[in-house]
Amino acid sequence: MRIGIVCPYSWDVPGGVQFHIRDLAEYLLKLGHEVSVLAAADEDTVLPSYVQSAGRAIPVPYNGSVARLSFGFLSAARVRRWIHDGDFEVLHVHEPGTPSLSLLACWAASGPIVATFHTANPRSRAMLAGAPIVASAMEKINARIAVSEYARRTLVEHLGGDAVVIPNGVDVGYFSALRPRPEWQTPRGQEEDGGTLGFVGRFGEPRKGLSVLLEALPAIVEARPRTRLLVAGRGEPEEVLRTVPARVRGNIEFLGMVSDEDKGRLFQSVDVYCAPNTGGESFGIILVEAMSGGAPVLASDLDAFSLVLEGGAAGAMFPNGDAAALAREALALLGDPARRRALRAAESEAVRKYDWSVVASDILSVYEMVTESTARVTARVTAENGGSR
Amino acid sequence: MRLVLTQYSAAVVLLVVLIILFGLYLSWTATRLDRLHVRLDAARVALDAQLLRRSTAVLELARSGLLDPATALILASGARAAEIAPEEEREAAESALTRDVRAAFEDPAQGEHVRAHPELLDELGKGMRRVQLARRFHNESVRAVRQLRGHRLVRAFRLAGRAPNKPSFEIDDEPPASFAR
Repeated sequence: MRIGIVCPYSWDVPGGVQFHIRDLAEYLLKLGHEVSVLAAADEDTVLPSYVQSAGRAIPVPYNGSVARLSFGFLSAARVRRWIHDGDFEVLHVHEPGTPSLSLLACWAASGPIVATFHTANPRSRAMLAGAPIVASAMEKINARIAVSEYARRTLVEHLGGDAVVIPNGVDVGYFSALRPRPEWQTPRGQEEDGGTLGFVGRFGEPRKGLSVLLEALPAIVEARPRTRLLVAGRGEPEEVLRTVPARVRGNIEFLGMVSDEDKGRLFQSVDVYCAPNTGGESFGIILVEAMSGGAPVLASDLDAFSLVLEGGAAGAMFPNGDAAALAREALALLGDPARRRALRAAESEAVRKYDWSVVASDILSVYEMVTESTARVTARVTAENGGSR
Repeated sequence: MRLVLTQYSAAVVLLVVLIILFGLYLSWTATRLDRLHVRLDAARVALDAQLLRRSTAVLELARSGLLDPATALILASGARAAEIAPEEEREAAESALTRDVRAAFEDPAQGEHVRAHPELLDELGKGMRRVQLARRFHNESVRAVRQLRGHRLVRAFRLAGRAPNKPSFEIDDEPPASFAR
């Protein structure tokens, strides 16, 4: 099948949506489909062969934060050209509700269109102002996918209408096959008064919740003095350490940015993976990765996390922002190897539905369904383009 | 002849411009509505195709000889009833088929009996999932058409023409728990 995928955000910036599109495109290519991804990117970025650049994205304030987006007539013309040249059987746009290449693609194309909605946001007044503009582009979408029940609810509230839930994919086999790194494991003989906690993410961002975990750390260290907290991800360690009492600073290790492989090996090594995120998560792909890597998970009780952890059956949870509860739960897990084993077993069951083999086959079902009864994707010729209607 | 723009003619020009703009808006809305109707027709075709695919998968499984005769008979008659049901009994018949399948495969051990031909069970599982997807997409199209048809201007100017108002398709399409992946 010839598939065109539109990425709304800049390819240079790492993010959940970009990773999802990359993995989906590569999985579909492996199955023998023809895939082209249209994304914004700076001129000097080296792109994979299946990605076509639509020019660079411009940072603009939108919906309370600064987003790097593509818009304007030049971008619109590029989108039309890409659709025309690609001669796709199906067009798959991501986040068409944002002022991005995806919205432009919906506007420019006719034919079978599939859209995936990733965000879970509270309803905002400013976004409501744009609703009618988005609505008419949205009417062309044949099939709407939400990445989680939570994202689906957001879609229903913001734009009305329904969507099917197909989660983000994870290469479960990749994470489960990696080996632990001995230096990240709890050393022999420290099982009684030690333990290893893991955290992965841009820890400078408040919503990632590292501060909650740090607030809980003194209580954990008091009960288990040789506990180590391994923090992987981008950020400034000095800024973080300044907020922590001096006596627990030695218990924290910063690993910096880690490769996918090291991230997976970290999951294999730690006793508990902690996700204290305070909000803004629509899915929680990191939890699925940690669970695939066999790390018992302790997460805040965000709606999105609770769904992935099956309400606590496949991972421990604590009330969002409650450092004392986090400390209590972490100590309970560290002191109970049998419970950790049980959680690992429950996890490997729970993550099966997120494996790319399952997710991609669902997405392909959707593609086949919309192409069965609708013609090719064609670019609409408009007056701005120099043509006539 | 020199054009003299009096207050009167300015008002006329303004009125004409407004009427043209209004006409353009109406025509744009009619285009949107037409597009939604086309989308709904496509979604209905897709849904019918998936329902047929599902009942075919059930029939094949029933005729495979891998199931006990009682289960096979229930499934075969359920599938046949769904295929030949007249339009107004369609939803009831498809729901009944879903329940037949659920009753037949409620016990995961039942799946063991069809081990010799796993592709039959696989096809049924896919068929059931696809019915769920197609039905959501169809009902979403129905909702979008209804919303626009309910618009005041669309009703006042009869932009929907004589196209009938199509109902959503409501059935029980929950697959058996043992099919969960």
